Amino acid sequence: MTAAPAHDALETAYRTDARRVLATLTRLLGSLDAAEEALHDAFFAAAEQWPRDGVPANRYAWLVSVGRFKTISRWRRQARLDSALPRIVALSEPAWQPESPELIEDDELRLIFICCHPLLPPDMRVALTLREVGGLTTEEIARAYMVPSPTIGQRIVRAKAKIRDNALPYEIPSRDDLPARLDSALHVIYLIFNEGYAATDGPTLTRADLCTEAIRLGRVMVTLLEEPEALGLLAMMLLHHARCETRVNSSGDLVLLEDQDRSQWDRTQIAEAKGLIEQAFATRRIGSYVLQAAISAVHADAQSVDQTDWPQIVSLYDVLCRADPSPVVALNRAAAVGMRDGPAAGLAAAEAVLEQGGLDDYHPAHVVRADLLRRLGRGEAAQESYRRALVLTRQPAERRFLEARLRQLGASIVE
Amino acid sequence: MRYVCLIYFDPRKVFDQSPEAMAVLADTAPHDAELEARGHLIMGQALTMPTEAMTVQVRDGKMSATDGPFMESKEMLGGFLLIEARDLNEAVRIASEIPFARVGFIEVRPIVDYSKPRPTF
Repeated sequence: MTAAPAHDALETAYRTDARRVLATLTRLLGSLDAAEEALHDAFFAAAEQWPRDGVPANRYAWLVSVGRFKTISRWRRQARLDSALPRIVALSEPAWQPESPELIEDDELRLIFICCHPLLPPDMRVALTLREVGGLTTEEIARAYMVPSPTIGQRIVRAKAKIRDNALPYEIPSRDDLPARLDSALHVIYLIFNEGYAATDGPTLTRADLCTEAIRLGRVMVTLLEEPEALGLLAMMLLHHARCETRVNSSGDLVLLEDQDRSQWDRTQIAEAKGLIEQAFATRRIGSYVLQAAISAVHADAQSVDQTDWPQIVSLYDVLCRADPSPVVALNRAAAVGMRDGPAAGLAAAEAVLEQGGLDDYHPAHVVRADLLRRLGRGEAAQESYRRALVLTRQPAERRFLEARLRQLGASIVE
Repeated sequence: MRYVCLIYFDPRKVFDQSPEAMAVLADTAPHDAELEARGHLIMGQALTMPTEAMTVQVRDGKMSATDGPFMESKEMLGGFLLIEARDLNEAVRIASEIPFARVGFIEVRPIVDYSKPRPTF
């Protein structure tokens, strides 16, 4: 065995096996921190031994067993140095045997569920999931979220302390707990996808990675749990991702749904998503992610905005409003009504939602209102709403879009 | 990535012969050896007391030197470790295991990456 193949094997192992090794080590050692140390030790040992002794046939099993062994011998040494370490009690368990593939996959699911535990605030769940399950570094997460590294670092330290202090179990939730735990995990995946998808500026590479990672996590959930909402979330992400390339033009400006080049939408992802939606509908347990995916699928099927089945979209929104009654959903329904019945009906529906309050600082609300007013020929009122939206967004591509709309309406752009 | 762990402590607490302080001092060498064996430690040094140091500066081409750093707080910089870690959180975890963290505090500073723009003020 020469050094080069061993080096390649090591890189492959790091890319493909590290996550699963970490997930299993977390179960075996009972702590995320201990598992991370053990993962480091295992790869450090591999870098030394694989070029010399050859690459093991089962890299995963080798890394798990070396990581576990190194940790246990370190704990033994520390126990001799230190006065008393309670961890030593756990060391007499029988030797670890290679696990069945099912148990290995379950470990990754366990890791997702502990990182997404409802006891942790959402921003902690997101940071912890991206680092522990996604394998991103603290610095990469910070760049993706455009916050200083210590902010993410703190979230991860605090999240781990919460897991430790509350002795949160490393397990797949029981049937009774599953709905709440699943909601929390899906929400984290959704937030990660949205963060990657929503932004068109900043370090785009890292942000695209967030979308890819969210889809990968979505796939893990779907493979291991046949839950309709997990299917729905994955379908929704795939449908959005399918038109990712057409949302922004070469100069970085936003392209509206009505102007996107539909021939460029990724039909493979759309077909996969539609299969997932069918699978979810067949369970007759319909939730908010499935409905949002179904709405996206209607758009994906249409040749153009005019040929879109708007009555179908409005009725899906009607169901969604009952499943997930939120002002944002009601507002999107109003926009769809504006397409089905014309801008006057849409504006009436939108005004009714806005009067309920709660959307004053939500810039898309003002964009929806402005667009309906513009289509009704009420230029001045439209300008006012576009201006309000402009005040509320700092995102460069979004701002250029709003400024272009204002110029079309003959307004001078003064802030 | 590389990080420096700057170790600060109050010398009156570290050199007071208390059992806790003696344990910290005794654990330091084995801990460094362990960090090195695990591929985390690049180098590390302990520093003498500030009373043995001088501080130098040049203004308008003139050099001036004073005795020791002015101690604004009770804690002094007592040593440093240059470490290799996957990311900031791994560096923080490694720093938390430095024996001096039990009596002083450790500042974890990422080494400058010259491919990134310099800060501006």
